[in-house]
Amino acid sequence: MSLGDSSTPIGKVRGLGSAHHGGEHWLTERVTSIALLLLGIWLIASLLLLPKLDQRTLIEWLHAPSGAIPMSLFVIVGFRHALDGIKVVIDDYVDNEGGRFAWNAAMLFLAVAGGAIALFALGRIAFGAVS
Amino acid sequence: MAASILHRASGVALTIGGLAILTWWLWAIANGPEAYATFTGAATHPLGTVVLVGLTWSFFQHLLTGIRHLIMDTGAIFELQINKTSAVLTFIAAVVLTALVWAYFLGVAK
Repeated sequence: MSLGDSSTPIGKVRGLGSAHHGGEHWLTERVTSIALLLLGIWLIASLLLLPKLDQRTLIEWLHAPSGAIPMSLFVIVGFRHALDGIKVVIDDYVDNEGGRFAWNAAMLFLAVAGGAIALFALGRIAFGAVS
Repeated sequence: MAASILHRASGVALTIGGLAILTWWLWAIANGPEAYATFTGAATHPLGTVVLVGLTWSFFQHLLTGIRHLIMDTGAIFELQINKTSAVLTFIAAVVLTALVWAYFLGVAK
């Protein structure tokens, strides 16, 4: 008897069905949302609490670990959550499989490239290449 | 219904506009006074400010409907009245928070 025949609907969703996946995307989107709730509040609070928003102040802020680490997390988790969210929209509104694949692939490239550019810039600030 | 659509619309806006501007902002900070001046020039232009206020609103609307959806994932607040009330509360709170943040930014005039 195969597992797929006897498993419950929730078991299938948890990856115990024949496809062995499906629930992870849904769960990842929610876990990243909780992280972004905290990181988003941190970002808004930081911008409000900084004495000025000029370049020197921002470099000092992002050069310190207390700024650079949460910001790097915000970039990584933000791009990941955006990618997961956009996938849901694409899967809902693009009605053929080839189109969905193309759109999702394009968004993956954009998200990875955007994340790399943002992290590279942040790295330059954090590791003192700019002052 | 409206909350669900706004959640998606604000999420798409944050993905396309928000992440692009965040990346540009970090790049500008890392690339010298001229790059940063170009960024602040765009950000303080009336049109740029409208975009940033819109993204701030998208941020709060998405955050608040996101919390509401997380609560609904537990099976709670599906009753018609509280479901509607909580949706309306996210609309009001998002606008109020956006107004407060920008009143502060423009008031302090950095």
